[in-house]
Amino acid sequence: MPLLTYRDALNEAMREEMARDDRVFLMGEEVAEYDGAYKVSRGLLKEFGPLRVVDTPIAELGFAGIGVGAAMVGLRPIIEFMTWNFALLAIDQIVNSAAKMRYMSGGQVGCPIVFRGPGGSALQLAAQHSQSFESWYAHIPGLKVLTPGTPADAKGLLKSAIRDDDPVVFIEGEMLYNVKGEVPEGEHLVPIGKADVKRAGSDVTLVCYSKTVTVALKAADQLAAEGINAEVVDLRTIRPMDTETVLNSVGRTHRCVVVEEGWSFAGVGAQVVDVIQQYAFDELDAPVLRVTGADVQMPYNKQLERAAKADPAKVIAAVKRVLYLA
Amino acid sequence: MASKVLLEALSPTMEEGRLVEWKKNEGDPVRVGDVIAEVETDKAVMELVARGEGVLLKQLVPAGTTAAVASLVGIIGQPDEDISDLLGGSGAAPAPAKVAVTPPASPPSSPAASLSSPASPPEPSAGGRTKASPLARKVARERGLDLGGIAGSGPEGRIVLRDLDKAAPATGAAFAPAAAGAFHDVPLTQIRKTIAKRLALSLGPIPTFYLTTEVDMDRTWEARAALNEAGKRAGADAVKVSFNDIIMKATAAALTAHPACNAWWQDDRIRYWNEVHLSVAVAVEDGLITPVVRHADRKSLREISVEVKEMAGRARERRLKPEEYTGGTFSVSNLGMFDIDQFTAIINPPEAGILAVGSIVEQAVVKQGVIVPGRRLRLTMSCDHRVIDGATGAAFLRTLKGMLENPLAIVY
Repeated sequence: MPLLTYRDALNEAMREEMARDDRVFLMGEEVAEYDGAYKVSRGLLKEFGPLRVVDTPIAELGFAGIGVGAAMVGLRPIIEFMTWNFALLAIDQIVNSAAKMRYMSGGQVGCPIVFRGPGGSALQLAAQHSQSFESWYAHIPGLKVLTPGTPADAKGLLKSAIRDDDPVVFIEGEMLYNVKGEVPEGEHLVPIGKADVKRAGSDVTLVCYSKTVTVALKAADQLAAEGINAEVVDLRTIRPMDTETVLNSVGRTHRCVVVEEGWSFAGVGAQVVDVIQQYAFDELDAPVLRVTGADVQMPYNKQLERAAKADPAKVIAAVKRVLYLA
Repeated sequence: MASKVLLEALSPTMEEGRLVEWKKNEGDPVRVGDVIAEVETDKAVMELVARGEGVLLKQLVPAGTTAAVASLVGIIGQPDEDISDLLGGSGAAPAPAKVAVTPPASPPSSPAASLSSPASPPEPSAGGRTKASPLARKVARERGLDLGGIAGSGPEGRIVLRDLDKAAPATGAAFAPAAAGAFHDVPLTQIRKTIAKRLALSLGPIPTFYLTTEVDMDRTWEARAALNEAGKRAGADAVKVSFNDIIMKATAAALTAHPACNAWWQDDRIRYWNEVHLSVAVAVEDGLITPVVRHADRKSLREISVEVKEMAGRARERRLKPEEYTGGTFSVSNLGMFDIDQFTAIINPPEAGILAVGSIVEQAVVKQGVIVPGRRLRLTMSCDHRVIDGATGAAFLRTLKGMLENPLAIVY
């Protein structure tokens, strides 16, 4: 299998889908002439031309709305936000228009649109540009929320998202663009709503997604050296959540730690914990713990920023607590 | 960091215990799991094991003293550690009862903060309810373990899976009656509900009735004499079988033929056991205890005899483990050796029946119209009427009587 960066896997997904279906087009700030702020759309303007790869002004609400309108009349727009922090300006279009269109038109008008871009923190981008918003969108009925953590999942999920007939919020990991991984050749689709066991284990379940997949896998490696076998369950899709895979794993390990990048309060992990306590109550030997971002504005200071993020050491500490080893 | 040695609840019903003997002296090195003292509970002499590591710095209670569950009895720590704050106030004062956990006013504000908070040292649950993880509760239910007798090693004395594995390994020989098919529960029918309610009003909480039958023991007498004579000739490892052993063997066999009497009253249903675990009452110095012969229906007379002797011996020394005197499905109580002709025994709930065995009396009996000398035994069965009806109990007794009058029927 070829090794691809997460960035190039996304690029391949869009290229293949634009070639497959001429209703698909890409629109956003700097996506065309500049090849994308993060070079995810490199070469697409040259290949598909300015009608299908469209640069916009810095006006998120406007171009998100144009995308929703285009989807309503039968096109399949991909709307790129330079980061999800900027999509706050467009959230009315996502939540009030895209998510509700099919319901409020009595099923007459769908909205097959993908909103995509990087989320979460990178390095020293400070409080306003380091946020994880997946729980905001996952809260909304009518939206699907995808958060791939590897190049293969990035490609397979983006292709599935573009083909989906409903609005999809596709949140990429800003720190993952340069990560390389094996990506299957040819037609590679990852089903929406299906988690993936990234590492099998018997002692504790680590539920993670996006960037925290790497964190959980690193923690699992270090735990293995201490004789603790952690199972790493990558949600991949936040909504609809694959609760079956999570519950099957917890049913075997009896202990669970959820690792997420965002804030703790009402975060994605809280939803995972709810599912576990409701359907696997009798399987739990310890409370489910969460490793989340610190409940503060993301500090600009490098050391403080590091301290505020979920990392393998915090995951290991939580695992030892659910195993009653600490 | 120094850790407290608290008097743990070592039996399901223990409220206080007498510290019989310290097994570690002050200054002795101690590792987790080491026996540091022997404690006499209301049922047996049990071992108090260390939950901390280091050196036994202090014995706060002299041997022979009785202390309440959860009292501070000792301190484990590093040799030169300052433990004055742990000793603060009176040394042997009972640990304060745990209050309900108060949730923090606001959720932990950051994982870093919540992760770095030290785990509480293991403590037994003091006073309040038994704390156990949901999984531990489920597994205990499946293995028939009473959580009250298990020391929890989790935070706040929470019982977690590993504590159950210590108490009764899933695969070990220990009692695990919940193996699939060990019993089946039958929800109460309306008629059983009515019987239970009406009879408990009259005689409660266990509406008991008694059935007595007289058994011709001539043939059992002969069989036992022959068996023990043969054993004597066979050599040193021969076991001298008692009448009680034979009655237990016969009772177990009769129960398999009458499972309706081998049952537990469970309030909303009746648990019919497919296995026979026979409790046998053993008098000890200041009371009685009922060791349980597991799977008595599957054991030979010889095995039952050996096991009862061994357990009765340990019962008198008060060295039975909780799982050895709980979980019976039917009881036998024998006062024959005290020249009691017949008596009524009190049911040991949740069991539904107990058999009271009198002495074998040599008396004039009528056989085929002629008065001849005979040996007679009176058996009285106490029945929980919510589970066992008169005819049901009578049918069981008839089978048992038939077995004792024709001992081969036991193995038929």
